[in-house]
Amino acid sequence: MTPDEIEAALGEELGRIAPDIELSEIDRDTDLREEFDIDSMDFLTLVTALGQRLGVEIPEADYPNLDSFDAALAYLAERLG
Amino acid sequence: MNPFLMPSLGADMEAGTLVEWLKAPGDAIAKGDLIAVVETQKGAIEIEVFEDGTLDSYLAEIGKEVPVGTPLAMIRAPGESAATEQVAAPEIEPEPVSENAAEPAPKPEAEPVPEPVPEPEAEPAPAPKAPATAPPLPPTQPLVEAAGDRLRITPAARQLAQTAGLDPAGIAAADGDAIHLADVKAALDRPKPPADSGMREAIAAAMSRSKREIPHYYLSHTCDITRAEGFIARTNSGRPPEQRVLLGALTLRAVATALEKFPEFNGYFTDGQFAHSADIHVGTAIHLRRGGLVAPALFNTNSATLDDVMAGLRDLVQRVRIGRYRASELSGATITVTSLGERGVEQLFGVIYPPQVAIVGFGCPVDRVGFVDGQIAPRRTVTVTLAADHRVSDGHRGALFLKAIDKHLQAPEAL
Repeated sequence: MTPDEIEAALGEELGRIAPDIELSEIDRDTDLREEFDIDSMDFLTLVTALGQRLGVEIPEADYPNLDSFDAALAYLAERLG
Repeated sequence: MNPFLMPSLGADMEAGTLVEWLKAPGDAIAKGDLIAVVETQKGAIEIEVFEDGTLDSYLAEIGKEVPVGTPLAMIRAPGESAATEQVAAPEIEPEPVSENAAEPAPKPEAEPVPEPVPEPEAEPAPAPKAPATAPPLPPTQPLVEAAGDRLRITPAARQLAQTAGLDPAGIAAADGDAIHLADVKAALDRPKPPADSGMREAIAAAMSRSKREIPHYYLSHTCDITRAEGFIARTNSGRPPEQRVLLGALTLRAVATALEKFPEFNGYFTDGQFAHSADIHVGTAIHLRRGGLVAPALFNTNSATLDDVMAGLRDLVQRVRIGRYRASELSGATITVTSLGERGVEQLFGVIYPPQVAIVGFGCPVDRVGFVDGQIAPRRTVTVTLAADHRVSDGHRGALFLKAIDKHLQAPEAL
């Protein structure tokens, strides 16, 4: 899976959860949950959706690796690489 | 034969608009069945019937706003006019928006009880004109899919609507019949109103009444949740995401369990007096992205397991986000819990949702320096607050209630 494909997948799943937030307008280096205004339930929904879509189970202990949009991309690229 | 009335879904509701029938004349109905969808200030609400029998006839028109208490339909008691039932049913004109014929009559969540069963506890109604008082639906039961399924809508259109968080019931079909993909796209292209003004009015009405009528008192207590978080981490470590539990579910269990010994915080204050509720239905405040919030009930929170509560919470949040929840959920809570979540601030001071008498607030978890066995150690803490009705309880009992919540959070395995 290419980085572009991973980014598209992450962007789409975040778009389902936070349809009112434009991906182009967020700060990709700062707190993902604050940027998208998502709570722990939304985040769990995101982790569930990514797991099903990309076939990668994200353990709870790895949540800190998904702290920002860019960090999440790097984490997923490594897990899928 | 009994009339089925437009229910009151809270102190702030005076009228509602019938938007969809979920049952047709001639259909057998059981207590707890969803019978119709009503548009209120809080969105589209699925409303349940409170008796067994047969839907006889419609009395209200779709699309018309009617006051609370207006008869919407007539319901025959079991056995009543049974002879005419078979004759009458086919003659009824098919109703315009639903496709009830294709639906199996009993809903999955309905108890197929042939006769009216008396409620185990005679439950005091929260308000005299509120027939919608909590038929307890245990959160363990699979909840019915959004009633949008009964709309005529193509699968592709439904999927897009769901993805976009759009309620299919609010989409107009260009051909006046079924909703197609193009209709959903057109609905998505329309600029959205910045906030739901009806929702804001509903919150304003309820909160104004609360602040006008309820003499609130406030207490705050900081709980060590290091153990509770460790328990959640251990529980989730071997689980796939769809089976993981959140700290929020554990705090709901702690509140519900503590309430068993503090009845003066669980119930309704109406007509100048407090009526304790034997059942514990904890309402959980869920904020809506378009603005506003609702606090639907998780029924029998004290007797459910942690996994049950988590499943119920997950289901509620999903349905609230697409704007479909039930009348009984909206009016059934006997106390409310509100949490700011992990990205919030440390402490909140709740406003009681009348006719309830208490609201428990959880701030965001904070790292502090604490002591374990006399040694300085990092601790994870959360500040829990209580706003309660001074007409019903005093600060002394409120303090004991907060301490009891703390005590239960120290033994998370038992929750």
